[in-house]
Parts: sequence; C-alpha cells; structure tokens
Amino acid sequence: MIATLRELVRRRDLLYMLALRDIRVRYKQSVMGFLWAILMPGLIVAAGILVRYGFAVSGRTVVTASEMLAVSVKSIPWAFLVGAIRFSSNSLINNTSLVTKIYMPREIFPLAATLAQITDLLVALTLLAVLLVVFHVGASWELLWVIPILLIFVLLVAGWGILLAAASLFFRDVKYIVEVFLTFAIFFTPVFYDSSLFPHYGHWLLLNPVAPLLQGLSATVVYHRAPELPWVAYSTVWALVTCIGGLALFKRLEPYFAESI
Amino acid sequence: MSAPPVVFDSVYKKFKRGELYDSLRDLIPAMTRRLLQPRHPEALERREFWALNDVSFEVKQGEALGVVGANGAGKSTVLKLLSGIMRPTMGAVRMRGRLSALIEVGAGFHTDLTGRENIFLNGTILGMTRAEIARKFDAIVDFAGMKDFIDTPVKRYSSGMFARLGFAVAAHVDPDILVVDEVLSVGDYVFQQKCQERMEEVIRSGATVIFVSHNLRAVADLCPRSLLMERGKIAAIGPSEEVLRAYMQRAQGQRVVDPEAPVALTRITVRDAERERLDFRSGEQAFIDVEVRARVRVERIAVVLDLHDESHYSVFNTSSERLGTPPATLDPGDTLHCTFALDLHLGAGAFNVGLYLHRYDAQKQYDHWFPAATMLVTPDRDIRGAVSLYPTVQRYDVVRAGAGLNPVPATT
Repeated sequence: MIATLRELVRRRDLLYMLALRDIRVRYKQSVMGFLWAILMPGLIVAAGILVRYGFAVSGRTVVTASEMLAVSVKSIPWAFLVGAIRFSSNSLINNTSLVTKIYMPREIFPLAATLAQITDLLVALTLLAVLLVVFHVGASWELLWVIPILLIFVLLVAGWGILLAAASLFFRDVKYIVEVFLTFAIFFTPVFYDSSLFPHYGHWLLLNPVAPLLQGLSATVVYHRAPELPWVAYSTVWALVTCIGGLALFKRLEPYFAESI
Repeated sequence: MSAPPVVFDSVYKKFKRGELYDSLRDLIPAMTRRLLQPRHPEALERREFWALNDVSFEVKQGEALGVVGANGAGKSTVLKLLSGIMRPTMGAVRMRGRLSALIEVGAGFHTDLTGRENIFLNGTILGMTRAEIARKFDAIVDFAGMKDFIDTPVKRYSSGMFARLGFAVAAHVDPDILVVDEVLSVGDYVFQQKCQERMEEVIRSGATVIFVSHNLRAVADLCPRSLLMERGKIAAIGPSEEVLRAYMQRAQGQRVVDPEAPVALTRITVRDAERERLDFRSGEQAFIDVEVRARVRVERIAVVLDLHDESHYSVFNTSSERLGTPPATLDPGDTLHCTFALDLHLGAGAFNVGLYLHRYDAQKQYDHWFPAATMLVTPDRDIRGAVSLYPTVQRYDVVRAGAGLNPVPATT
C-alpha cells in the first residue's frame, strides 16, 4: 500500500496531465466551452429547486429560501458524484490502448477522472458561494466543517471509482448497472429532500454513506448547525474502507488487466 | 559485479484462445470451479496454451539484444512482461533501472489535443516529469520536424506526422533499459535513418536495449547478440549473424513441398566461396546453390533467380536459360544442382532471394520459392539506394565570385 502511494506521488505529473486532458477534451470544439462546468450543476440545482417546490405545493406547506438553498448545497456535490463515478468507472476501458501497451500505475486513470470532476466541482462551488452571499446566508464557525466533509466525500467517490473501474474492465455489465444506479440513486438519497421528511424511515436513509455527508453540508452551510457527528463518522469509515479496500483489490487485479480488457 | 539489468528466469505465460468469460453467467461457474479445485498453474485447461514456455535469458548492462521470430512466436509477450504490463504465470522477470518502452508510438495521443499538449501528455505517460519535458521540448519538436504544426490538433496530422511526433517524444526519454518494438518502420527514409541514429546513440550512452523487429538488417546493425523465438520457446540465442541465419533456415524449413508437384525446388543455400553466409559487403561474391528434384519426367526446365529489396521492389532478375545455359530435362527421381555466382554490387539493405522453376517454351511455372533466403549487405561507403555504383567525388572546387572566370559585375 505504501509502495503504491509512493509510486502515485512519483507519477503525479501523469495524474495531472491525464486530468488536464480530460478537462481539455471535454470542452474542446464546443461553443459553450468551459461554461458547461457551470451550466450542468446549474441545471441540477434548478431541477432540485423545482422538485422541492413541487413537494411543498402538493403537501400544502410553505417552502423557505433556506430549504431552497439547502437543495442547492446538496445538488452540487451530487452532480460531482454522478460525473466522477460515471467517468472513472469507464476510465480503464476508454484507455485500452494505454492499459495494454504501456506500463503505469493504472489507478491513475480513475483518479484522473475524479480529479477532472473535482475542478468542475470547485467551479460550481465558487458560484454557489456567490449565491449564498447574495441570499445573506451569513457565516459561522460551523462553516469549517465543509472542508473535512468534502474531503471525506471525495475520498468515498474516489474509492468507488477505483473499484468500479476495475470491475467494469472485467465485466462490461458493471457499466450498465452503474448507469441505472446513477439514474435512480437520487430518489433514495436525500438530495432534493431531507431525511427528516420521513419521520419513521429517516435513519434508514442515512445508512447510505452519502446521505450524512450531504445533510452535514446543508446543516453547516445553511442552518449553521454542527453535522450529526456519529453519522459523519459512519461515512468516514465507509470512505476509508472503500478507498483502502478498493485500491488493494485494484492492485491485486492489475496484473490481469492487459489480458482481460 | 552487480546483477544484470534484465533477467528472465524460466518464465511461463499462459493465454486463452477465444473469448474470456464476459458476463456474470460465465463467471459464476468459473469462480466456483476455481474455489473447489486446487489450482495447477502448470496444467493447461481447455482452450489454454503457452505463449511462453520456459524462457530464460539475461541482458547485460549496456548490451543490445535483438529479438526475432515469426508472428505469434511470443516476441510481444516477452515485451509485455518486460515492461510490466503483464505478469508471468510462473517464473520471474527481474528488472533493474528505469525502463522505457517504444511499443506503440503515439499510443497516448489524444486526437483532439494539439501537438504541444500531446507532447506533454505522452511524455508523462512514458514516465517523464513535466519539468523534464519542458526542458526537452524544443529538441522534441526539432526531431519531429514539425515546428509549424505544433499548435494544430493531431487529428489534422497525416499518419506519418503522427508517428514522427510519437517517436520524437519516445526517443527523448533517457532510460536505463529501452525496449523497442518495430517502430523504426515509421516515417520516410530520412526519418528512419534519424531513428536508427538515435537508437545507436542510446546504445552508446550505455543503456541496455532490447530490440524486437522483423527488419533483420536493423537487428544485425544494432544488436551484436540476438534471440530467436519460436512457438513460445527460445530457439536460438547468441551472436546475431548466427541467430539470424538460423532464423532464415527455419523459415525455409517451414516450406511444405506439394507432394503432387511434378518438380520442386528442394534446397537453397547462400554462401561465399567457403561457407554459408548471411552478411555480405558490397562487391563481394556470393554463390546461390539451388537443388531441384523431379517426381515425374519434366522437360526443358530453367531456374529463375530474383532479388527483391525490403520494399519488395525487384532489383535484379535473371535465369539459367537467359544466361545461355540450355534447359535441363529431368527423369523421375533426378536431381538438378544449379549454382549462380553473383557480384553483389548492392547498396545497404536486406535483399530477399526468390527462385522459380520455368519452362520457357511452354510459358509454364512449375515451382516458386520466395523468400528463399536473405542477404544482408553493408556497403563500403555511405550510400543510399538498392545498388552501389562505387561513387567517388572527382571535383569539388569552389569558384569564388570576383576571382573566377566570369565575375559577377557589382551593382552600382
């Protein structure tokens, strides 16, 4: 594991160049160019607000501005999750010629795909920050929680990306399962709603390791409350296990990549 | 004395013919079988075969080793194990030092990116750091000879430009061990020459080189020692000249003579006055011995000799009949021995010898054998092209303006 990390550090320039390639290629020959990095999460946020508004209308309740903002705060990391998992689970298959021809630590491919999505995430988060200032959400010390929560979130997503990249190399089925999963997971994750919406089943929803992190973000940013620490710890364990376990499994399977792809 | 930089220690590699299990339906039975049965790596299951079978060799520090063999002999598998892309089923591959593999030039190129962006991308893929690439950037562009197109997306490049840029990047990695697979065949003549010079430079710099090629002449030039692969095993290893000759003899041995043929070419040998040879210098004399056996009676047989260069251009053609030897008539079981003597006024290159059995008056071809043998020719002076006309420079005088016969009048 140490040797793996050391090799990754040594090849950091490759990680950077591959991520840069993904970013450049994504926006080349498109009229909107880099604006897509803003527009895509923007659309998800808009959809989220619309859905949240729909809930309110059908439930004859009033939706507050804070609730709208909470939806935005959760939608943007969710958009990152969808993009990062989609691109990293296809990253080895899309680089077949490199995987079969040249040696490099192959976990670089899913990691670079995740890294490329992180830049989009950062762009969107900057815009979100502007939005929060405009709506006078205000600041508090609780905001500092955002950094560790986002780090855990990225770790979790990277771990899944590594696992799914290896799995889809051996079985293309995984690719389709991932697509279906990404399409429907939003219904079972408190992105457009909050787990407190379901008083009896709410905690079941939090078993999804993504949920405590997203709710933690909205709690700290919008409501200036500390996140529910036991649940955040629960997600952290998930993140570490997927990351370390995923990487270990990836490295064990790596010698078979070139002949199985 | 430290360990050699490259060691193959009885390496075995197993592959499977046909599709691997591609979906869960095939996987689950395979997994249960694997769990229930103890694994025997040395045993072959259905559809499996040995791509490498007990391969052991070493390459010493600063040595250049050529690897030759027919398609499917296991050359590429050796390279993939060397570069760490695959791991052997059994045995060990040990490497010491930074390895760079010129296996597929431009494999890491993305067609939407410009030449400049791709140099950085491909350079990091090959193991360089960004600072290192920035330092060598001008040299790379210069080597590829495409200053004007460096900010054009590579999808607009011709395939030659693409390959040239790929090789240029790869050629600027400073490796301890360089693995090269058939990349000298890209680009035009001048570029190929440049690539070969670059390889020689790498060898001179003390790097260890492993060179896989079908270009036997390049192998003979660059590598003093060679390795011949045949169906996953080492068939010969030793001085290149001997190994390459063994390779060509095996290629001849694989020829299957049609048992129904009325008459056939049965043996062809290239030699000098004393012994069998592969390497010749321009101007030397070569002898080509041809043996022909008849199964039934054939009349008025002539032997045709044909010489092709590496690009399959016929550079020379003659026949026993056209040289004034009356054609021979053979009875069943008869053997004809024919020897051609040639003065090899040839340029640098590998020349393939082809032989044909003709009956001129009936316009009938009985047998053909191409390539029957190969001759590697080294010229005595720096010339290019298929032939040597033994050029010398007779005059090289500069007539200075102002001192010459017709001075240019100065403009006022």
